[in-house]
This record gives sequence, structure tokens and C-alpha cells, in this order.
Amino acid sequence: MAEFALPANSKIRKDGETYKAPAGAQNVKAFKVYRWSPDDGKNPRWDTYEVDLADCGPMVLDALIKIKNEVDSSLTFRRSCREGVCGSCAMNIDGTNTLACTKFIDEVKSDIKIAPLPHMPVIKDLVPDLNVAYAQLASVEPWLKNNTPPPERERLQSPEERAKLDGLWECILCFSCTTSCPSYWWNGERYLGPAVLLQAYRWIVDSRDEATGERLDALEDPFRLYRCHTIMNCTKTCPKSLNPAKAIAEIKKMMVERTV
Amino acid sequence: MADLRSPVARVRGLGSAKSGTSHWWHQRVSAVPLILLTIWFAVSLILNAPADQAHVRAWVSSPVTMVMLIMTILFGLWHAALGMQVVIEDYVHHEGAKIGSVLLIKCLAVLLAVAAVVAMFRMAFGG
Repeated sequence: MAEFALPANSKIRKDGETYKAPAGAQNVKAFKVYRWSPDDGKNPRWDTYEVDLADCGPMVLDALIKIKNEVDSSLTFRRSCREGVCGSCAMNIDGTNTLACTKFIDEVKSDIKIAPLPHMPVIKDLVPDLNVAYAQLASVEPWLKNNTPPPERERLQSPEERAKLDGLWECILCFSCTTSCPSYWWNGERYLGPAVLLQAYRWIVDSRDEATGERLDALEDPFRLYRCHTIMNCTKTCPKSLNPAKAIAEIKKMMVERTV
Repeated sequence: MADLRSPVARVRGLGSAKSGTSHWWHQRVSAVPLILLTIWFAVSLILNAPADQAHVRAWVSSPVTMVMLIMTILFGLWHAALGMQVVIEDYVHHEGAKIGSVLLIKCLAVLLAVAAVVAMFRMAFGG
């Protein structure tokens, strides 16, 4: 049945640590960070880190790096490019999935709560296990499939055909959208989720791809595609302002189009 | 039982069902007549609030009313059964309970449709 309560080993302990700001701090902001380690056998907790914003970069990722460097080196999170291109630092900040590197600290007026992407198994602290999501991406075969022998130069595409890929190619696969979707929470192993369906659509509408029907065949499934009920959490949360809900709707339209 | 399959094996699972489009499409299509039928139903009840049983009997017996009422009930139950199936597939994860409740919903919809039509025929033509 549907799950209404957290599993016993996910319930939050009340005894989180508080790390005070250094004496003389001018502009203190509290960051409440979800902490869980696979090594100590204990339940997760919220640790509070007070950070002096006068001595910190403007982004949430800056604060996390400062905490890791100066306060608590055990704090674990993924990050790489620090400019919204790699998708590594996706996490739930102030209740919304987004990238820590492009989220301004001053966008949040109160204490900043930071948790891993929702409803994914946690590896440690803010690091979710994305293996299933990556396998789902692989399952839609996100590469050009074409049986026509390659021309001497590149495969041509008109500017209009190329324009259809705008709003799709920019996806950085951070999985903020997928992990914001209740349908993915309840049926994550069978529903592909918005990020993967947007990638699938990116190849379905590519004029150079010859496997459109085969791709639609693979998606035509009550769970893989039709768990989407267009509640638009994905579009609302996307840190790159893309529209996965529209991509999914376009796939559904093509499904009908080939039957009528 | 421990699940030691690779993530790819778990995700590929039993493969695509190659179905679901007609269910999704029928749910949308069945909603369209329901918009008009529901408005008709509400308006005719407001304009023609039945005073007693004889009045209801006369109202149901009129051919136009009966056709519209049967359409409302059939489209409504069809749409409801499709919608309930979606809810069950979303939230019920035990395979037996899921298949059982989807079948139950469909049987219930057929039962209610037949019962409603029989009731109206009896009011119009029966004793």
C-alpha cells in the first residue's frame, strides 16, 4: 500500500549538533543540514551550522564548502562546476529541489534547511543514490539512432528542426525534477520520471533520429510514461527553467497521433 | 528476498506493456461529454426541481431526459472507473491487491450502470 510514514530507520533524531558562529561574526545565518552516515548505525539528524555571511560567498554552495573547510570536514555533498552546468549539487534547499551553486543564500529569509533530493536512498548526508535514475536514462538510449549511411559531412538539420531541441538539450540531469515528482516517489522503479522522459523526447523530436517509433514503443506503458498526471512540480522546480511537463505532454500527444 | 539485480535489470523489468495510450485517451475523451451532461443535469434539476415521486417519474419518463440521464450515468461511470484505476495504480503496490481492486472497480461500474438503467426503465415503463 501507499506509505504514509517514514521507515523506522529514516525517522529524524532530535539530538542534532549546533555549531556556533565564531565570536565577532557580523551577519549570522543558520544552516540546518540533514546528516546521516551509513557507518554509525544511527538515524538521521539535523545539524545546525551558524555561518558568518560577511565572510562567505553568496551561494548556498559557498556556505556548504565553507562549513566543510572550516567547521566540519565530515559534511558530505556532491559538487563540481559551481556554476549550474554539471548538476552535481542538486539538493532540497528551503523545501525546493535546486542547485546549491545557483541558489542565493539571501533568497531564503529564515534559517536555511538543506536535505538530500527527496525519496531517494541516501548514501551519506546530502548524497543520494542515483543509480536507478541513471539506469532509467540509459534505458531510453539517449543517443542518435540512424540506419542511413553517414554522409560525408555532418547530418543536416534545418534551423527550424534544430529549434525543436531548444529547451531540451539544456537539461543537466541533476534530477531535481524527477525527485520532486510524487508519481516518481510512489513508483520510482517503473515510472521513468520527468528528467528521463525529457531526455527521451529530446531524441524523439530530433529530425536526424530514425528510431522515433521504436522509442515511442519503449515508452508506451501505463507506468513508464502514464504515471505523469501533469501536476507540474517538475517544471516548477527545474533550476534551469526547463519544462519537462510539456515534453511529457508532447510524447503523449505523439502516442495518440500514431493511433488515430 | 534480497534484490541483487543490477539497476538496469530492475529498470528494464518486464519491458514495455505497449499499452496505456487508449486508457489515457479514453479518460480525456470521456471527460468532454461529461462537461455538457453535468451542466444539463444541474440546470434541469434547478429549473425543474422535482416536487414528489410522481413528478420525478414523469421527468425520467420523457425520452429526452432518459437519453440524457443514461448518457450521464454511462459516461460518468466510465470516466470514474478509468480515474479510479489510475489512483489505484499510483498508490497500491501489492500486485494482488492492485489487480483485485482494479477488477472490482470495473465490475462495480458495470453493476451500477445496469442497475441505474433498469431503475429508469422501471420508472418509465414498469408498474
